[in-house]
Amino acid sequence: MSILIKGGRIIDPSRNFDKIGNILIEKGKIKSFPKDAKEFENNSKYKVIDAGRKIVSPGFVDIHVHLREPGYEYKETIRSGCESAAAGGFTSIVCMPNTNPINDNASVTEYIMLKARTEGIVNVFPIGAITKGEKGETLAQIGEMYEAGCVGVSDDGMPVMNSKVMRHAMEYVKAFGIPVISHAEDRNLSASGVMNEGDMSTLLGLKGIPAASEDVMVSRDITLAELTGTHLHICHVSTAGSVRLIRDAKARGVNVTAEAAPHHFTLTDKAVGEYDTNSKMNPPLRGESDMEAVREGLRDGTIDVIATDHAPHSEDEKKVEFDLAPFGIVGLETALPLSLRLVEQGVISLHDMIAKMTYIPSKIVNIERGTLNPGAPADVVIFDAERRYTVDRDKFHSKSKNTPFHGWELSGAVICTIVNGRVVYSC
Amino acid sequence: MEFERKHILGLEELNAEEITLVLDTAESMKEVSERDVKKVPALRGMTVCNLFFEPSTRTRSSFEIAEKRLSADVLNFTTSQSSVVKGESLLDTARNLEAMGASMIVIRHPMSGAPWLLAKELNSSIINAGDGSHEHPSQALLDLFTIRRMKGGIEGLKIVIVGDILHSRVARSNIWGFLKLGAEVRVVGPPTLIPKYIEKIDVRTFYNLSEAVVDADVIIMLRIQKERQDFEFFPSLREYSRFYGLTREKIKRAHENVTVMHPGPINRGVELSSDMADGPGSVILEQVSNGIAVRMAMFYLVASARRNG
Ligand SMILES: [Zn+2]
Repeated sequence: MSILIKGGRIIDPSRNFDKIGNILIEKGKIKSFPKDAKEFENNSKYKVIDAGRKIVSPGFVDIHVHLREPGYEYKETIRSGCESAAAGGFTSIVCMPNTNPINDNASVTEYIMLKARTEGIVNVFPIGAITKGEKGETLAQIGEMYEAGCVGVSDDGMPVMNSKVMRHAMEYVKAFGIPVISHAEDRNLSASGVMNEGDMSTLLGLKGIPAASEDVMVSRDITLAELTGTHLHICHVSTAGSVRLIRDAKARGVNVTAEAAPHHFTLTDKAVGEYDTNSKMNPPLRGESDMEAVREGLRDGTIDVIATDHAPHSEDEKKVEFDLAPFGIVGLETALPLSLRLVEQGVISLHDMIAKMTYIPSKIVNIERGTLNPGAPADVVIFDAERRYTVDRDKFHSKSKNTPFHGWELSGAVICTIVNGRVVYSC
Repeated sequence: MEFERKHILGLEELNAEEITLVLDTAESMKEVSERDVKKVPALRGMTVCNLFFEPSTRTRSSFEIAEKRLSADVLNFTTSQSSVVKGESLLDTARNLEAMGASMIVIRHPMSGAPWLLAKELNSSIINAGDGSHEHPSQALLDLFTIRRMKGGIEGLKIVIVGDILHSRVARSNIWGFLKLGAEVRVVGPPTLIPKYIEKIDVRTFYNLSEAVVDADVIIMLRIQKERQDFEFFPSLREYSRFYGLTREKIKRAHENVTVMHPGPINRGVELSSDMADGPGSVILEQVSNGIAVRMAMFYLVASARRNG
């Protein structure tokens, strides 16, 4: 079916485009931007979607998602993760390899690709592990995973502690032109920490993860990126120190990019409150000055993209002692309204927000998405930036409900999500 | 004033009036403990469960005696730390105890915040008997009670807490109690065991014991957990006791009537030389007997808040 999106405010940062107009979608691709909608409205061949007073942009691209399948289907499946993504306006998601088995060889990659093709409703691009079993010892089958569809490598959650192994990974991926994606954390410094080290952890008697455990690794990885010339992407930046290090590295011309997650630019460690395990994530929510630095990094371009680190966990797993609860929160369905808060608060422009959620992340993992260029796959989101509503975790499409934002009143609702020319979500 | 709390989770959330009420109530409980028949019917018909996930014969016995003196039915549930991790969840265990009729649960748990989890999910009253490195309210209340009896009040005292502040729930609860009742608090220990952010609360940090105790009215020695240290935080017990062990020599500049306290059990020769532990300023054994009166007061007040609320 062909679709005409009528009368929306079309914002496509990949082409610096911002105009009210119409978009014609045919055969799964962006066809054209017809001046007049009339001829399509009375033609039953076309499904006409009225986007009056709404924003139409390329579908969002999230380069940091945990889909949990294979292995942890009770938390999330490829299908439920895709549904959650579609409800959040995401049309492409990039999934981390820490499944069970770990995605460290082509057969796991192929399984994920197959499942995504048959059950996924948004585009799924896997990331392969850097090392076998994410053990940090020997390189995973990076070339074979690349051939099978992996768009980057990362041991997310299990940072490669051995600097020589990390160096070799950075050198090796040059053959395939994919980035090394780093969850920057010195695990010796983090030890068994469960929240940010600061006055909150001191009062709560919880073991802290110092900001330094991130800064030290960002510093090492930048040094190695400089040595190898490889594209290094730093995940979920949470500290003022890393923002500074990345800013300096970029100024020197190091090939480094970075992402920040909505929870890190929205909340501080105060949100842990009375041991709320839905505020337990890694890296942890930091202090006020770190949060401000992350926002400044987004503003001045040090931090290139917004990524959710969507990390579903079941209710039972989270309803335990804080020390025992797993790290992570779901993020796909709250990313848009939380990012729009940045716009509302004047941190970044709407244009920049969309850029950080569309073509910039696509560029980081080299996928041809996140644009409304004629001829490109028709991945489109229509959203109402003004619509206010109360976040209700029970309405999430994700299998898991672990969010600290339940009950928050936010603005910005997804109206319709289109993937490859097919409506996959509408409200 | 009436006590309105259903739980006693920590001293951070109690205000000065509530703390004083517990201490005043403990005075009358102390009287009960000095009678021939040491029993009153305040908790008759009520089941109290002692849910201990850490071995602690002292604290558990103290709670149990307090419960029995108030005529409660007592249920003991003790389990080792390993079974917490692999067995039934804490919440399920506690729900079972509630189903068996426990209306108050005393919980000791190696993880900070565990009592808050129960307070959120259960109907029973929760009494925190020590959670991880967080709070140990009954210990802090008995320390306050003991000091008040020795010194006539808390306000204006200079109180020094010595040792492993980083991991100490006793220290955290005590600091809140002392500050709320108007004392000056100093902490001293090796820098690795003093949390970097402790001065955000109104305490002064020292790394030198002799300097920290100048004009001190009370010195509280914390227990060094030999098994926990693994000598990651200081080079050896010998070196620790050389710099942070309390001796006659090191308290020369303290107040002449300085009171020395320790939550027990003492590592003799590490935190305290024997002449200090058994010396005239030491109230370590009074702390133990006062503990029962204070815990009786806690139960008594929570039970009446339950009845009224
Ligand atoms: Zn990560």
